[in-house]
Amino acid sequence: MNLSLFVQQILNGLTLGSVYALVALGLTLVYGILHIPNFSHGALFTAGAYVAFFIVGSLGANYWVGLIGAALATAAIAMLSERLVFSRLRDSPPLHDMIAAIGLLLFIEAVAHAIWGADFRRLAPPYPGIMRVAGTVLPIQRALIIAGAIGLMVALHLFLRRTVTGSTIVAMAQNREGASLVGIDLTRVSLITFAISGALAAIAAVLFAPINLISPGMGNLVILKAFVIIILGGMGSVPGAILGGMIIGFAESFGAFYISTDLKDIIAFALLVAILSLRPQGLFPAPAR
Amino acid sequence: MTSILSARVIALVGLALAIVYPLVVPNDYFIYVMALAFIFAIATIGLNLILGYTGQLNLAHAGFMAIGAYTVGLLTVDYGVPFWLALFLSGIVAAAMGFLAGIVSLRLRADYFAIFTLCVGLIIWLMIEKWDWLTHGVVGVIGIPAPSPIGPIRFDTPLANYYLVLAVLVLALFVMDRIVHSLLGRAFMAIRNGEGLAEALGIPLMRTKVTAFVISTAYAGYAGGLYAGFVRFIGPQIASEANAFDMIAFILVGGLGTLSGPVLGAVALTWATQSLQFLQDYRLLVFGPLLIILVMFLPKGIIGTLKARQAREAGAKAAAARGAAKAERSPAHA
Repeated sequence: MNLSLFVQQILNGLTLGSVYALVALGLTLVYGILHIPNFSHGALFTAGAYVAFFIVGSLGANYWVGLIGAALATAAIAMLSERLVFSRLRDSPPLHDMIAAIGLLLFIEAVAHAIWGADFRRLAPPYPGIMRVAGTVLPIQRALIIAGAIGLMVALHLFLRRTVTGSTIVAMAQNREGASLVGIDLTRVSLITFAISGALAAIAAVLFAPINLISPGMGNLVILKAFVIIILGGMGSVPGAILGGMIIGFAESFGAFYISTDLKDIIAFALLVAILSLRPQGLFPAPAR
Repeated sequence: MTSILSARVIALVGLALAIVYPLVVPNDYFIYVMALAFIFAIATIGLNLILGYTGQLNLAHAGFMAIGAYTVGLLTVDYGVPFWLALFLSGIVAAAMGFLAGIVSLRLRADYFAIFTLCVGLIIWLMIEKWDWLTHGVVGVIGIPAPSPIGPIRFDTPLANYYLVLAVLVLALFVMDRIVHSLLGRAFMAIRNGEGLAEALGIPLMRTKVTAFVISTAYAGYAGGLYAGFVRFIGPQIASEANAFDMIAFILVGGLGTLSGPVLGAVALTWATQSLQFLQDYRLLVFGPLLIILVMFLPKGIIGTLKARQAREAGAKAAAARGAAKAERSPAHA
């Protein structure tokens, strides 16, 4: 087989894996607060892409301004959803949170649909060129995605491990009562966590948009894959989300190439079904609390 | 005793209204929409068993409905199987698929189960879309025959189909009533209220949950089979998550874990969306917030809230009666 095609698939896998990992990271952090899968997370991905499209496409601003604007706006939406919906459902059964999250997902998608319609939109890449890596070509946008994702993951890791605020998030995820007992403010930690998760989803979307298209349903497949990833990686685990993201990214890029592009989207879900059939607790279960 | 009687009276009045309904409405459109609402009500009654009574969020219900619909569509159109045999098989095929999905997914924690079923629903949709030679892909199945006549009764008018659907709905409600009031039904509710406690009481968790799931998917399958015979055309769209979310909304409006809630919700919301036709594109703009508002402010739904009020009033009345009895007695003591 052809070596450069093989390298090409590795680069594709890295790109996809980076996007998925960023989305899954936010999801896994919020899981630490809500203890339910936040179904509305995919809508944040969509919202981020549209905000950037608005800033860059309609206001004519620079791509990076669009990226930052999208991150800020989506963080604000995520914080609003925490304040208006999730914090009020804290004492309800988990079923209610999940249904409310689905309601949010439908609502945000419908808003995007009402404003921008069902048409596919394009976001021009900031640097349309290509570069050469190990005998194959790599569009600069893909390099940006990989570099951006790695940078954000390192930053997030340092934030969670080295700062007091980051430690409070970790503490809250480990044990809510314990964290409250030592004086950590649940409201503040929830807001920060939602803001980070929204910003990460938006950045992933804006990085991904130039090599993909923007549409109201664009978040659906990505969020489903992010769910698969956090189940693979263990709910609430940060390294697990990154590793799981890469596993799914590579499975998809190699599956599309060596099996069939038609089946590309089924691979992640088939993998999930197979893994959960064999290991109901996920690949890397979190230690018992 | 009186409350059971009144429940039966209400059920009979509802049935009488449903029987008279097509005779008083101006045209077939009303009959058509109501029959569709009843078909979705049948599927939703099934979903309520796993969601409302057993407490597991199944997001693949529309997928199982699609399996039932495609069983009827493909068997009658491509393989010349008689309609009634195909309809009989629709629930069984869906339940068999439900059994396979259930034994894998019901071992999981509740939140994993929700994600897993979301993925199952998507896999069913993608399979229908991509598996062209079996399912006709995105084109869908066209020209499904109407239910074949039984003796003198023919099913080629919307009116006849309406009564067929209504009959199945009544049967579905009756069977569900028997199930939830049996020991098995109590076991489902025990699991909803606390898996650990239910297991400690000696309820086999896995077997009970799989039973609930299989029954619920059979309901979805039969609803799908009726849908295929009624609409006479099916496409992959029927498996979409939007349909599953609709059914969850039906249950929430009517009341989680109540018998009549899903029927009330399906009828009310179907007519609400029909009268908001001009909102067709923006339907979800209303639907999303509706779901949130319902779980926040009216988590028991219409029927559940009414029942809770009834129970409170009965309690207050009993307390008042006790108080009066005591007051009557106390002078005698004095």
